[in-house]
Amino acid sequence: MLALDRVARSFLWQELITGFGLTLKYMFKRKATLNYPYEKGPLSPRFRGEHALRRYPNGEERCIACKLCEAVCPAQAITIESEARADGSRRTTRYDIDMTKCIYCGFCEEACPVDAIVEGPNFEFAAETREELFYNKNKLLANGDRWEREIAQNLAADAPYR
Amino acid sequence: MPKLTIDGQEIEVPAGSTVLQACEAAGREIPVFCFHPRLQIAGNCRMCLVEMEKSPKPIASCAMPAGDGMVIKTDTPQVHKARKGVLELLLINHPLDCPICDQGGECDLQDITLFYGPDSSRFAENKRPVADKYLGPLISTHMTRCIHCTRCIRFLDEIAGVEELGACDRGEHMEITTWIESALTSEMSGNIIDLCPVGALNSKPYEYRARTWELRKTESIDVMDAVGSNIRVDARGSEVMRILPRLHEDVNEEWISDKTRFAYDGLKKRRLDVPFVKKDGKLATSTWRAAFAAIRDELKDVPGNRIGFVIGDQVDCETMVLVKDLATALGSPNVDCRQDGTKLTAAARGAYLFNTTIAGIEQADACLLIGTNPRHEAPLVNARLRKRSRMGGFKVGRIGEPFDLTYPVTDLGAGGQTLRELSDGKHSFAEVLENASRPMLILGQGPLARADGAAILALAGEVAERFGMVGDDWNGFNVLHTAASRVGGLDLGLVPGEGGLDVAGMLQPGALDVLFLVGADEVEAKGLDGTFVVYMGTHGDRGVHGADVILPGAAFTEKHGTYVNTEGRPQRAKLAVFPPGEAKEDWKILRALSEVLGLTLPLNTMGDVRRRMAEIAPSLARIDEIEPAPFGGFGVAGDIGAEPFASPLRDFYLTNPIARASSVMQECSTLFVQGGSTGATGTHG
Repeated sequence: MLALDRVARSFLWQELITGFGLTLKYMFKRKATLNYPYEKGPLSPRFRGEHALRRYPNGEERCIACKLCEAVCPAQAITIESEARADGSRRTTRYDIDMTKCIYCGFCEEACPVDAIVEGPNFEFAAETREELFYNKNKLLANGDRWEREIAQNLAADAPYR
Repeated sequence: MPKLTIDGQEIEVPAGSTVLQACEAAGREIPVFCFHPRLQIAGNCRMCLVEMEKSPKPIASCAMPAGDGMVIKTDTPQVHKARKGVLELLLINHPLDCPICDQGGECDLQDITLFYGPDSSRFAENKRPVADKYLGPLISTHMTRCIHCTRCIRFLDEIAGVEELGACDRGEHMEITTWIESALTSEMSGNIIDLCPVGALNSKPYEYRARTWELRKTESIDVMDAVGSNIRVDARGSEVMRILPRLHEDVNEEWISDKTRFAYDGLKKRRLDVPFVKKDGKLATSTWRAAFAAIRDELKDVPGNRIGFVIGDQVDCETMVLVKDLATALGSPNVDCRQDGTKLTAAARGAYLFNTTIAGIEQADACLLIGTNPRHEAPLVNARLRKRSRMGGFKVGRIGEPFDLTYPVTDLGAGGQTLRELSDGKHSFAEVLENASRPMLILGQGPLARADGAAILALAGEVAERFGMVGDDWNGFNVLHTAASRVGGLDLGLVPGEGGLDVAGMLQPGALDVLFLVGADEVEAKGLDGTFVVYMGTHGDRGVHGADVILPGAAFTEKHGTYVNTEGRPQRAKLAVFPPGEAKEDWKILRALSEVLGLTLPLNTMGDVRRRMAEIAPSLARIDEIEPAPFGGFGVAGDIGAEPFASPLRDFYLTNPIARASSVMQECSTLFVQGGSTGATGTHG
């Protein structure tokens, strides 16, 4: 009986019809693939992408050189040097992140008491040489200026859960 | 011996102990801010509250004498509540700026709050702002962080002996201040940075430069004076970031002088980091090979007695061993470690040591200072003298320049005349020394470096003998050195051999063909036209003027080395950072040079050098032990000139190449010694 059933199915093209049916069904569904780089997927406000150093609205850099990010960094990717600025405030003279070492764990932004170092929504910072991935303070501050609106939105969106 | 019960445990403590000490003896940890074992009890922070039976309120354990039959509880809800309350109160006005505070990571308030404090504050009002104070170029202030423990005030009053800090107003309005804005003039003021339990007082040169957790700590020995203070060198990467004291009860207790603490920035400036060779009358950078070749060519066919070695004030014993052996191999009798020309000889050890020992000062009951200003020559010896003076029953007489030593001193006279009168028993102070059971005298380097130094030494020996300063269990004859390497050099016998020239002789034009200056920066080798001068050292200081070859060496933080302090106590300094550039450890330079000269010294490792050192002077192998020296062998009696005795130090802050290269020390010198003004004035801000 079982053998007869199998023979009948194959003579009636049941597998073929099921297969074509599935294909036909997905033809009318929304596509999952994106036409990257012209289209992009959604990102969580907690997404941990490229680092940035933020500023206060008056333009003053937030970082106070407390070196907690340097201390907490499990990959030891951050290097900071600091001294008193002419006005007596504590500032960094050097803030380097080796992006080739970084593991994007986000501990640095967790440790930061002034929300200065953040991992922004940018993930498109591939470079052709290693040297371009050794970020210095200027690069990080420029990142902050460029992404400030998105970063601020993300922080605000995530704030209720902190 | 009161017996008390602490948390159900019976304990007996020495009479005069406090409840806090009894609790610590019982193994209970009591948090404190204002209490410090070396300062008087203030009892104002209220952090050490414990519960005592039959007392309606908790008691401040630091200020309560331990009594017989007391029942103390340190772990009850009442005690915990009291601690939480005190901390909440202290934190009301303490800013939460730990991330930018240099004390962060080593802060008592941080630690104690973490263990005993509340988790949140109920204080929503504005915190109290306090204007920062100007305390000179060494100490930065953040007075809003102050919790009014008054440790700094008590330290300056009691130990440093300058009453320059105080508290104005009361309660919430209390402020620590110098009444009239001015820099602290104490040469030990840096210690209040360590004493401050919060970040109100910080080191100005170190301000905002590093965090405690990223520093590499190396236990070492200081070479700024001959006290041999125990220090901790904190370094990051290849840079010394700060220097802190380390506890040694017999030497520096837990204090260090400002020169020790702040001169480290001189280690990074004016350094010699490549060899130099003079070409066409000008020094030009060179290589080790070329520098050694130049020395070899120059030393060819030079007889031993035309070669000389002068040893500087900060040279370690290992290097001196190599100098001694190299001089012997070259056949040179001209070796001298006494740059200032002091008339001490290596023959009698008892005649050049601080025999009483620094801790021994506390047993003395009368003291005679001869031509010395211990406050500047050895601030920690002076602190010990002040400590003894504060205990009472201690009379100090001085022959020499009047200078405020921070304790009462009777001025006896100016020079040799007075010393002679004293030795004849004609002077009124003779009676004081006569009646003292443990009298001591301290002889400075000023008088000893004079032409009649040997006679002064002999006369001081006579004085010591006459007043019974030396007995079976007491030796009151002391020489106070100013150079860290001097006692080690004398122990190793680095003095002119038979027919050898001393420093003054070697510096005569035409006396030598080749002169080696081993870290010697207090002598000028200028004008020695016929002499080929080789300078080996760390800084482009006085020694390099007139040098034909410069060999870059390592400073005291950059090598392992043995230093003998003025008491004759050998101690080991350790390498904290590597020497800059091409510079090498000094003993290795001399070992390599000996090979180039074809006189290879059989000292290939540090172990070999130290074995050889123990052969020459066995006492140097026993680290941190003082070998008592027999009394005797004091100079040669003779006539003493009429000039008054003077201290050799004119400027406390600029005594060696490291300090002279330090901009912090230069600033202090301008401010305190030359009387200039670098910072704020009365009308400033």
